[in-house]
Amino acid sequence: MKTDFLEIENGRKLARDEIPHLGFDEFRHQALDIVKDGGKVIHYFAYPEGGDMKLMAVLRTDRLLAAGCDAPEAYPSFTAECEPFHIFEREIAEQFGIRPEGHPWLKAVRYHANYRGKPDVFGNDYAEDIPGNYEYYAVESEEIHEVAVGPVHAGVIEPGHFRFNCIGERVLHLEIQLGYQHRAVENLLLNADARRLPIIAESIAGDTSVGNSLCYSQAVEALSSVAPDKGAQVIRTIALELERIANHVGDLGALSGDVAFLPPANYCGRMRGDFLNMSLLLCGNRFGKGLVRPGGVCFSLADEVRNILDERIKEIKPQVRHVAELLFSTPSVLSRFEDCGAVSLSDAEKLGLVGPAARACGMPYDARRCFPTEHYKRLDIPEYALPSGDVYARAKVRGDEVMQSINIIQSLINGPVETDCVNGKIPALEPSSFVVTVNEAWRGELSHCVLTDAEGGILRYKVKDPSFHNWNGLAMSLRDTGISDFPLNNKSFNLSYCGFDL
Amino acid sequence: MESVVFLALAMLSAPLFSAIILKVKAFFGGKKGPPLLINYYTLVKLFQKGSVYSTSTTFIFKLGPMVSLCSAVTVLMFLPIAGQTPVFSFTGDVIFLLYLMGLGRFFTIAAAMDTASPFEGMGAAREAYFPIICEATLFMILILLYTITGELRLAAFFSGDQPYAIWQTAGAPLLFVVVSLFIILLTENSRVPVDDPATHLELTMIHEVMVLDHSGPDLAFIELGSFFKLFFYSALISRLIFPFDMGHPIVNGGMFAITLCAVYIAAGITESVMARYRMDKVPKFVLTSFALAFFATVITLEFL
Repeated sequence: MKTDFLEIENGRKLARDEIPHLGFDEFRHQALDIVKDGGKVIHYFAYPEGGDMKLMAVLRTDRLLAAGCDAPEAYPSFTAECEPFHIFEREIAEQFGIRPEGHPWLKAVRYHANYRGKPDVFGNDYAEDIPGNYEYYAVESEEIHEVAVGPVHAGVIEPGHFRFNCIGERVLHLEIQLGYQHRAVENLLLNADARRLPIIAESIAGDTSVGNSLCYSQAVEALSSVAPDKGAQVIRTIALELERIANHVGDLGALSGDVAFLPPANYCGRMRGDFLNMSLLLCGNRFGKGLVRPGGVCFSLADEVRNILDERIKEIKPQVRHVAELLFSTPSVLSRFEDCGAVSLSDAEKLGLVGPAARACGMPYDARRCFPTEHYKRLDIPEYALPSGDVYARAKVRGDEVMQSINIIQSLINGPVETDCVNGKIPALEPSSFVVTVNEAWRGELSHCVLTDAEGGILRYKVKDPSFHNWNGLAMSLRDTGISDFPLNNKSFNLSYCGFDL
Repeated sequence: MESVVFLALAMLSAPLFSAIILKVKAFFGGKKGPPLLINYYTLVKLFQKGSVYSTSTTFIFKLGPMVSLCSAVTVLMFLPIAGQTPVFSFTGDVIFLLYLMGLGRFFTIAAAMDTASPFEGMGAAREAYFPIICEATLFMILILLYTITGELRLAAFFSGDQPYAIWQTAGAPLLFVVVSLFIILLTENSRVPVDDPATHLELTMIHEVMVLDHSGPDLAFIELGSFFKLFFYSALISRLIFPFDMGHPIVNGGMFAITLCAVYIAAGITESVMARYRMDKVPKFVLTSFALAFFATVITLEFL
């Protein structure tokens, strides 16, 4: 297929005028063609330049493709023809008041006024509480009852509102309303002092701090032509894998707890702590904050630390394996996990699911394999997916990834790792440039896209958390599932509220 | 006199026995677990607190905890604790007891509905559904015991060495009854695999969700009532497990306490080694108890 979209590389700087600037019709036509042909949307966003609005799309097939165009004030919606654009169009409408005509579900994403002071696309008065001028989907009948959960939940979790339309115990439709944590991170990144940027980037989602700081640092490195040394790449890889393991292990325990199967719940809770403590050993912070900085890492991996890490992993590896075996071989657990909350492959494709949730639906995409960064280029990440799309598949994918990640870390620390630590100085960015960085964080494809202006300031900083794709997967998994299985499905996805709300 | 002493002892020790389950679960979870007296601490704490009432509730909401506690206490008065003659007993008291517990449940459900919370309505629907099957099982067991003893008093089934006599007549089929009573114990007392007393997820709760809005002394009443209820079912099972009369009340009491512990430990182990059933599978599980009781009755009636 011939396309004017430019093939780009992950984490490689481009001059902005290298990116094809198409006419809108051409842009729309080609973007739709690529995605209808099996491509996926990584970014599709608007940005202001001068007085004009422009659109930029970063798509992926087996390569990364990018192109831009001038943004019209209103345009025929892409979503009406091609579903994977749906939430991106809603986001553009919300951020800049550009209306996608004929969008099937034009609803606010994070509930804030647009940045241009244009008339609101959704007719909201933002002094009102969420969801403002919006009626939730409702199924009407005598037998239907609606259950509203949140935004304040039992337990210490983030806020989100869930609205179930049920007939008896069966859920017909779940609508998820987020936006309660919106902090305008993307604008914060535009206006903050350069030295604050890594701190903000790390805090986009607290459980993905390594993932986000990695995306940020790679972007800055590309834009300033600084490159981390090999040792730093190894340490970053270890940190990202530790983050993945800690979260997956914690969630496996929580899944077990949700079905009231105690032994794995307790052991996983403890082991999650052990893995977080390995991050602590690495950099002095259990969530890996302050480790990854543009140019490299702030903490080296001395042989002494490396040996302790090696010993700890050797000790905990059989424990993890045993607990996973116990969890996945107990019949009463399997009877809860299997056939629960299945998402079909075609739904997953249309929603554009990413990460373990997508691999559980039979989509083997893994950014570590497809668009490797850091040390992943030298690692062999196997293609892996399970077909069933249910809670079992999501749990199993994550369980298997834990073992895989442990092996990766072990292979990385069996020899000395040498690096020159960086001092946290932020290099100046090259003007009029563009970079997109894609990493496989523990929830899936995490991507930052940075555009600089003619003075080398940041013109647009776009963040896309994997949860941006996957929340609709959760809603879909609840269709025709018992409402009492919601917590189980929710935990099997374990999506980020703040990563979505930005 | 002895009956009253035993009743008092039972009521005093019921929270202690419940803590055994927590200890067993903690053991399987690799934890130390709460102290054995935890339930007393909780009760004292709750009684010292004030109650908070939603403005949308009525007197029904306040009545719920009291009625459920009172019904649980009354039921204990008819229970032949450690095989002693109960405080009260009359012909037909078994049926009276079944519906007394039904009354307690009715008021719990009514109080839950009174809050108009969608969670509590859902929990109430589940709580109203599962015990219906339990009731069928209990009546099936009642038919069996009535056929054997010719009496309709709880005391006639479970006091002295009556259980031993029943074992001698019914023989092996009574094992079915023990198992089905254990299933009922798990169901009626919201234990795993039917319900999860430890969960914080409202959508999955059955019993717990109905008491979410109660606080302070009201919650203490509910907790106390549930300890008594669990004690009642465990006592029935332990009388069947250890059906002998040792001749001295203290020895009887001691043996009874030991078998009671065994029942609680069994409940704790069940909770530790298996996950909860999916909500739509629960009725099948509870119906198993009915099938067992039904078989026991049919077999016994056939060969009597």
